[in-house]
Amino acid sequence: MAKLLCVNGLTVQLPTAAGWVKPVNEVSLQIAAGESLGLVGESGSGKTMLSLALMGLLPVGARVSGEVWLREKENHNAQGRSSQRHAEGENLVGLGEEEFRSVRGREIAMIFQEPMTSLNPVMRIGAQIAEAILAHEPKMEREKLHHRLLSAMEHAAMPEPVERAQQFPHQLSGGLRQRAMIAMALAQWPKLLIADEPTTALDVTVQKQILDLLDRLRRELQLALLFITHDLAVVAKVADRVAVMYAGRIVEEGPARKVLTAPRHPYTQGLLAASPTLEKRKLTPIPGMVPRLTDLPPGCAFAPRCSLWRAECDQAVPELRTAGPDHLARCVLI
Amino acid sequence: MSYLLKVRHLRKSFVRGGGVFSDDTKRERFTAVDDVSFEVAPGETFAIVGESGCGKTTLARIILRLIDPDDGVVLFEEKDLLAMKGKVLRAQRRQMQMIFQDPFASLNPRMKVGDIVAEPLAIHEPERSEVHRLACAAEMLQRVGLDAAALNRYPHEFSGGQRQRIGIARALILRPKLVVADEAVSALDVSVGAQVLLLLQELQKEFHLTYLFISHSLPVVRQLATHIAVMRAGQMIEYGPANMILQKPTHIYTRDLLAAVPEIPQPGQV
Repeated sequence: MAKLLCVNGLTVQLPTAAGWVKPVNEVSLQIAAGESLGLVGESGSGKTMLSLALMGLLPVGARVSGEVWLREKENHNAQGRSSQRHAEGENLVGLGEEEFRSVRGREIAMIFQEPMTSLNPVMRIGAQIAEAILAHEPKMEREKLHHRLLSAMEHAAMPEPVERAQQFPHQLSGGLRQRAMIAMALAQWPKLLIADEPTTALDVTVQKQILDLLDRLRRELQLALLFITHDLAVVAKVADRVAVMYAGRIVEEGPARKVLTAPRHPYTQGLLAASPTLEKRKLTPIPGMVPRLTDLPPGCAFAPRCSLWRAECDQAVPELRTAGPDHLARCVLI
Repeated sequence: MSYLLKVRHLRKSFVRGGGVFSDDTKRERFTAVDDVSFEVAPGETFAIVGESGCGKTTLARIILRLIDPDDGVVLFEEKDLLAMKGKVLRAQRRQMQMIFQDPFASLNPRMKVGDIVAEPLAIHEPERSEVHRLACAAEMLQRVGLDAAALNRYPHEFSGGQRQRIGIARALILRPKLVVADEAVSALDVSVGAQVLLLLQELQKEFHLTYLFISHSLPVVRQLATHIAVMRAGQMIEYGPANMILQKPTHIYTRDLLAAVPEIPQPGQV
């Protein structure tokens, strides 16, 4: 099956006082329609910068190279943009702000960690979702708009949508705010939904509801879901496949169950050994800390913290190697 | 059996809403801590878990005498904590220190790390020289895994995990008996959070600490709690030895909480 999203060698460079750094370094990944890819990494791994690159929301001054191919939506009638399109869809890297605006929201949507800071506090929920619809279809009639609004809220399983639409964000609980964000993201029926730590700020029982909702939506709407998190247990629940990022690069990728039960990269193994679970066990922390991007080691970025280090690790950044069926790991031991 | 901390029928309510435009007479009150009783023996790690708004932080703030309850009794080593005033209370505060959640917000950015860690000494032992205080701070910093050179640096030069260690050094420099840790690892990355949890375990043995460990995360609590209390809507609905609570929870809410925790699949599991 052809993938909906194909990212090839995506690199993002940012200027710093100490020179250019690469928070996203030669990243390649694919997601099919209806599939969910869990992107796992600690702070500073580049996972959020990657999602901002896909959304065309990088900070001013960032340099991007590589390719991001997004396939055509079926029966999609893109007026005025058909000239740039071909069989593989279009390459989002290099699109201008004006062109990106018709992709953002319409084809790729994003939800964030803290819904309160993403919602306008002085605007009713319904009006905010309507704004997301009108941004792409400004001439929509009132009645149709109202209908679309309610159907988006129903998709996000917001109880009492008519009443909720009249409320302000502070009147909603954290879980309902995240549902409002999901309704807004779904208002244009995007093909790809990027969820950046969407449940990290929520209570565990609410988290479960939101994870269940996202899981149902991607199946029902054939959404491609890119789920970004630091939490391996959450990833186990939502992802078909998992990619682990460290210092800007993907270090391991494969089927979720394989990566979580038989990890091949020492960093993934370390993360699992450090994750608290409901079983009481001896946690083994990873020594040291994530390296600064301005000060990366010459070879494998994880080498200074790795218990399996050998001289070879410092010579060059290892390639992604085949570690099993549909399973890759960036380690010289494989 | 003697308890370090004994809490009886503690109650605290707040005014809901409010704000400049609200009508005072119509304000409702809600009960943040509702008739809570429990006791903690020396050396225990008493974990309080619950979702946001359940009252766990308010409870901790009352025990630290940061806010006053409406009703109830708190005994610290059989002494009435809520009746203490002035010098007696100040002396008591040495025994109860706190570790905060956000290592970025809880350290004064304009103070050097040495002064941050030594500040409790400056308050409680003002007769000691600054040289003595900084020597104590250096020793404490080394004990939590930081270099003594950290003394002359500022908080922004440190990572989240290192700042949390600085906060722990500050909490322990007075050698308190009770340490209240409010979501001490929830702002940290997984690998760093595990380092801090292990450090807390080591320090507990070394300094004979009793922890009141507040967290929303059952997996985190699981790693070091000897006792677990589950709070909901101000009430402590269930508490007991950690194994009991996790393996044979009696309250349906505890079971719901446990069931909602996502789990990492184990090798061999289908």
